[in-house]
Formats: sequence, C-alpha cells, structure tokens
Amino acid sequence: MTTLEETPTVLATEQNEQGYREFSLGELHFRRDEYFVYITWPTGSHVMSADAFLRALQRDVAWEFFYGIVNFDGVIGTVNHYGTVDLFAGRYNDSYRKAELDHVENFPTPQIKATFEEMLDDWTNETFDPFAAPRETGSAFGVKNGENRKAITRHRVKAARMVSCTGDEQIRSDETGHPVNEHFVDISQDEPEIIAEPGFEDEVKAFSLFAYLSRSDVTWNPSVVSVCKDSLFCPTTEEYILPIIHGNDRVEWFVQLSDEIHWDVADRETGALRAKVVMRAGDVAAMPANIRHQGYARKRSMLLVWENADPDIPELIATGQTPTYPADF
Amino acid sequence: MFETKTASLDDYTKGGIEVIDDDPKHYAFSNMYEVANASKPYESVVVAMNRQYTLEILRAEGESEWRTAPHDEFALVMGGEVTIRLVKLDNPRSHHDPGDSGSRRIDGEPSGEPMGTIKAKKGHMALLPADSAYQFQTDEPGVILIQTIKGPDSIERWADICITTV
Ligand SMILES: [Fe+2]
Repeated sequence: MTTLEETPTVLATEQNEQGYREFSLGELHFRRDEYFVYITWPTGSHVMSADAFLRALQRDVAWEFFYGIVNFDGVIGTVNHYGTVDLFAGRYNDSYRKAELDHVENFPTPQIKATFEEMLDDWTNETFDPFAAPRETGSAFGVKNGENRKAITRHRVKAARMVSCTGDEQIRSDETGHPVNEHFVDISQDEPEIIAEPGFEDEVKAFSLFAYLSRSDVTWNPSVVSVCKDSLFCPTTEEYILPIIHGNDRVEWFVQLSDEIHWDVADRETGALRAKVVMRAGDVAAMPANIRHQGYARKRSMLLVWENADPDIPELIATGQTPTYPADF
Repeated sequence: MFETKTASLDDYTKGGIEVIDDDPKHYAFSNMYEVANASKPYESVVVAMNRQYTLEILRAEGESEWRTAPHDEFALVMGGEVTIRLVKLDNPRSHHDPGDSGSRRIDGEPSGEPMGTIKAKKGHMALLPADSAYQFQTDEPGVILIQTIKGPDSIERWADICITTV
C-alpha cells in the first residue's frame, strides 16, 4: 500500500516566444499566444479566444470536471466518468462526427487535472480573473505577464450539512474578504433571528442565503450550501455568459431566485438547437439529461442549481432505466 | 445602479419556453409564486423532482401542523416572515423509521424538549434537523421552498403547474 498519491507527470514545453508554455495530453496539444489558444489533434485543429478558453478551463478545473460534459465551445471539451475523464475534439459536433474527424482520449482524472491546473496557472496573467464578470476583470490578452494564483485557486465551497452549521462552511462578510457585489447593494444583509435553547445551539441553524450570494466574488460557479443525502443545493451568481456549454448526464434543476437568465438549449450529442428558455424570479425548470445548455445574464442574478449527486444516475440514464426528463404528465 | 428583481405572491412575471424542436413538458417549467397562489395553506406541492428527491413549495399561511422526517430537510423562505419552532422528539421512531423518506405529520403537539425558534424572512434558509419536529407560523401569507425527499404528503400536480404547450 502506498500512502502518497503518485504525482502525475505534466507534459509541457519551456516558454514559447510569447512567454507561455505548451501542453500535451495524449495526442492533443495546447498552445497560446497573445490572443488565442490553438488546439491540435491528429485529424484536426481548433482556435479559441484566450479569455473564453481560460474562463472555461477555470470552471472545468474548479468543478473537478462537473457532471457530464463540459463543452468549452462547439468543438473542445471534457466528459466526466468520475475517476477518468474524456478529453475530446469534435466528439459532440455533428460535422466532425459525420466526417469522422473527431478525436477522444481518456485520462485518469489526476493526470488531466494536473495538466489543466498547470495550464491555467501558466496562461492566466496577473491582470485576468477567469471567475469574474467582464466588468470586474482586466485583460486576459498579451504576452505572458505575471500570474493570478489567488484568483484561480479560490476556496471551493462544499458544505457538508448547511452553510453556517458548526464545523461547516461559514457565512460571508467584509471581514472574510467578501464585500457585497455592486449588483447586489440592495440585498438586505439581515440574518435570521435565532433563539436556541441551551444544548441545541448546533441544531438550531439558519442563515441568509440571499446575503451570502450577494457577497459571492465569482460568477457561474455552483457550490454546495445544503445537503439532504445526494440532494445538493448549489446556488451561484450569474453575470454575462456561462463560459462553458454544459451537457447533462442527469436531469438538473434551476430555481431562479432573482433577476433573469436566458438559456440556449441544444441537443447533447449534436448541438442542434432545441429550445430557448427564459427564467425570471420564482421560476423553476428542469434541464433534461439529453441536452446541453448555456446561459446569458445581463444583471448578476441568483440562481439555485439543484443536483442529484447519486453516482448511479449516468448509468441508469444511459441504459434507459431512468428517463431523460423529470416527470411524466 | 442595478435593481435586484425578486418576486412575491402578488408580483411575479413568469418567463417561458420558446420551443424549436422539443416537448415543453420535458422542462417541467413552473413558477413557485403561481403555485403557492393556487395552493391551500401548507399543502406541499412538488415543483422539482430528481428521482426520490424533491423541492416542494408551501403556501405559508397561519400555523402549520407539526411535521418530522428521519433525515435533514431545509426550508428556504421565498416570501413573508416565517417563525419556525423546533422540538427534539422524545421518540422519533414512533413517527417514522430511520430509512423512511420525506416528512410525516404529527397529530397534535409533539412530545419532546423545545430546541428553539427561528424567525426567517425572504432569502433566509433554515435547517430542519432529522428527528426533530417543526412547525411554521406566519401572520401574512408567504412562500417556503423545502429541500427534501418525496413523502406520503408530497403532492404532484405537474399538469396544473407546468407549461404544457407554447
Ligand atoms: Fe448545467
């Protein structure tokens, strides 16, 4: 038995002319310059804007590849198999599939994670915060210019019972370095009134979720605030565009707590458009398990993402034992 | 300056679905305030379901019955001012088995030690601890979203609450 996890080897070059290292995962190669990221594989090549690529990469790394597919755009992305991860080019793109030019490689999670983390670290300049809305960050562009490790390695909130519970994730304040966001200055910062009888201080617990979210310093980053077995409340604050296109491997639910988000919904496999969904405060809607979705929010909004983390679901859906939509009626 | 738009029982504007190539029912799209407006006090209407797990909307009005579950539940107040009373049950097994799902009604007053009270407003979230009894009370109608598991009193009325055609 080994007590230390083996550190995976990251395949990277020395700095290129623009000061950035180049990375390889199997037969896929990643390179960046002042404006762009270039991805090549044996049967094709692809270019993405460096800021869009880094925003997507940041989510994929922070969420440990999330549930199902994280499409960086219509060509590049990852599929989480919870232990291993597929890295693909064109696999969920109808044209690449038909031309048989798509490419998929599977990696142990620690290997792709270590490579993505180093890429994110090397390619994020000190002026850029990939978690921030465009109005809150400087430029991702230019030749290599410092680092922003503080931004890209933020603490990931993962409550075990509920935020504010004893020994669990705590509420946010100015003191914890979470000032109220400019878009949420009208959100009340009052906390609930709690009267706990002696001996029950650990069980009589409540907090203001709205105040907590008004102090979120990241966008499009669902993180767990309450846990009922496999049922996870993962609220997040959304502004501008979801930097990835999420392909579900299970039904996912949205509860719009404030403001408005527009969703593009497309086929999970091909990317063909299926529906546009507009959600306003109080709306509740499911994202079926056979689609991909991307959201747009003009004003920072509070979205409650609700997940069922049961590890058996992808298999149940893939084998047709559980439907891709939430209810029959 | 930006104004944050939340909604309430008498002020909500539902969004919608523009279908290109799909069945709107697959999105089970509803609005919690519309659901609560059509509900009797403290009916527990399922608005979201993922296998056994549910999100249920309660129209909070007056005093609720006492309820208990063998697992943690969570109450997110989405309208009104709600007082939550908690009691540590002397004998939770007389109300449910450890493996049961969802909450069950307690007849009359629960027998056990008072744990405390929580006064929660819109946007506040409270823990409803496993094996305790809880009761809600409001002076004005409000809305509570419960994170739980489907139980004997969970009401599914999808066709009434969801967008079925566009
Ligand atoms: Fe999603």
